[in-house]
Amino acid sequence: MDFLTLQPAEWQALLLTLRVAAAALLVALPLAVMVAYGLARYRFPGHGVVNALVHLPLVLPPVVTGYVLLLAFGRNGPVGSVLRETFGITFAFNWTGAALAAGVMAFPLMVRPIRLSFEAVDPKLEDAARSLGALRLVSFLTVTLPLALPGILGGAILGFAKAMGEFGATITFVSNIPGETRTLALALYTATQSPSGDVAAFRLTIIATIVAFGALIASELLARRLRKRLGGADA
Amino acid sequence: MLDVDIKGQVGALALTARFKSEGGVTSLFGQSGAGKTSLTNMIAGLIRPISGRITVNGTTLFDADKNINLAVQARRIGHVFQDARLFPHMSVRSNLTYARWAGRRKTTRSMDEVVQLLGLQPLLSRKPATLSGGERQRVAIGRALLSDPRLLIMDEPLANLDQARRNDILPYLDRLCAEAGIPILYVSHSIEEVARLSQTLVILSDGQTPAYGPVAELLARTDLGKATGRHEAGALLEGTVCHTDSEWGLTHIDIGGATIQIPDLGAAPGEPIRLRIRARDVALATEAPKGLSIRNRLEGTIRSISEESGPYAEILCSVGEQTIRARITRASVADLGLEVGKKVTVLIKSVAIDKRQRAPVPG
Repeated sequence: MDFLTLQPAEWQALLLTLRVAAAALLVALPLAVMVAYGLARYRFPGHGVVNALVHLPLVLPPVVTGYVLLLAFGRNGPVGSVLRETFGITFAFNWTGAALAAGVMAFPLMVRPIRLSFEAVDPKLEDAARSLGALRLVSFLTVTLPLALPGILGGAILGFAKAMGEFGATITFVSNIPGETRTLALALYTATQSPSGDVAAFRLTIIATIVAFGALIASELLARRLRKRLGGADA
Repeated sequence: MLDVDIKGQVGALALTARFKSEGGVTSLFGQSGAGKTSLTNMIAGLIRPISGRITVNGTTLFDADKNINLAVQARRIGHVFQDARLFPHMSVRSNLTYARWAGRRKTTRSMDEVVQLLGLQPLLSRKPATLSGGERQRVAIGRALLSDPRLLIMDEPLANLDQARRNDILPYLDRLCAEAGIPILYVSHSIEEVARLSQTLVILSDGQTPAYGPVAELLARTDLGKATGRHEAGALLEGTVCHTDSEWGLTHIDIGGATIQIPDLGAAPGEPIRLRIRARDVALATEAPKGLSIRNRLEGTIRSISEESGPYAEILCSVGEQTIRARITRASVADLGLEVGKKVTVLIKSVAIDKRQRAPVPG
């Protein structure tokens, strides 16, 4: 039975991982929805540049992203120092830093499916909504957003999964501090570095698998309910 | 009531539109590609014209000189789109009430009244995906009516429907046009629908509006040529039902000084009625013919003859107060020695006036 109970360090890593991923999702998802909508609906100067910037973390080595974050958001970085002095927020060597790294890495994975689902919603429906008196924002919230919800959910799941498993950028940016920045992935890495860490690594692998599996099933159920509500006849 | 004078550019099409209408149903008629949808989108505020003015019921919606350009949501124009554009994730009921809860429109018309008018009761809890094309259009019309519009734009609401579905929805349109109490701009490329539903006709051709005015007057004009559609061209007669001869199944219509017999339409005596007589269904004779199956023989006077380059000639004849348009061959004009002022007998086959060519008088 001992094998089935989680040890304090494992609990800590698991809870920290969930907290980091949830925080990353909470901040990055609304931003991803806005950016995806902008990219899907508007052609503006610099459209290509914004698109490339969004996708950059996907193609850069994660270590590079982590290092750039360290330079910018570190204690003495140009962004980090301003944030610390005016808002008292520190990212460096803090779990919020891990969430920032996870959010940045997950961002392109969220934007892509969300943008596609916005593109699949007929923009003329918003014209119809506005002809009925709805303001632009209202027509977005009542028509486009609900119709794009399955895609947004898909993006959120992908982003959450990426945030949970983020490794390279996190360890570069905020290091590997137990209880602060040591998420499941980092704990697993630490275990594999120890000569006697096989059992620990195996246990962490199982934990990670169970969490991922549970999240997938929950999202599938949610997606099915959404489709039923949106689809009408065919669901 | 509706006063439009705008210039605009949509893609390759340069649009110059100028017309006025005194309310009721105004039809915007033109072939595909003439710019009908572009023009309605400008009136609705979805496309910005380059210059000009748009006024509805005394409210200026757009004036380039005064820098007025009301946003779509502020124009209070009920827009029925060709493709209905119902919100697929909402029930019919939520679609109908959308203007109320999302658009903050106070509706003068009650939900019950509109549901009744368009026969929507059995559809209320259904989703748009389960509706037929005709049902979708009816819901779209209802949704627009419930947005408290100062003008209702209907952009070819029947274009995507087959003939059977059209016949289903036309009676609703008749009622709507008669009872809505707001000006309607009805866009169509079908002269039948236009003749049936409207009082004022605006012709749109290659982005220009060469003519507008009372529908009967414009349909009788021969100089508009292909803009009104050559094959389907015809004049509009307004009359009153006299009686129906049930033995022969014929309804007699008084058109002011003359009577026309048409196949029984089940109308009550005294009911006003509108008939569209296609030019190609009309023949002319210089003396009263004998031994002829054609029942409608009206005394008329030739008012104008316009010969075209092809084999055809378009003749306008006055019959009492009304005008009938005939298309005959140029050869016949020559053989019979037809000229302006000459008395002729106008011959119309009763069976040519089928159900689609007649309607209650709108308004």
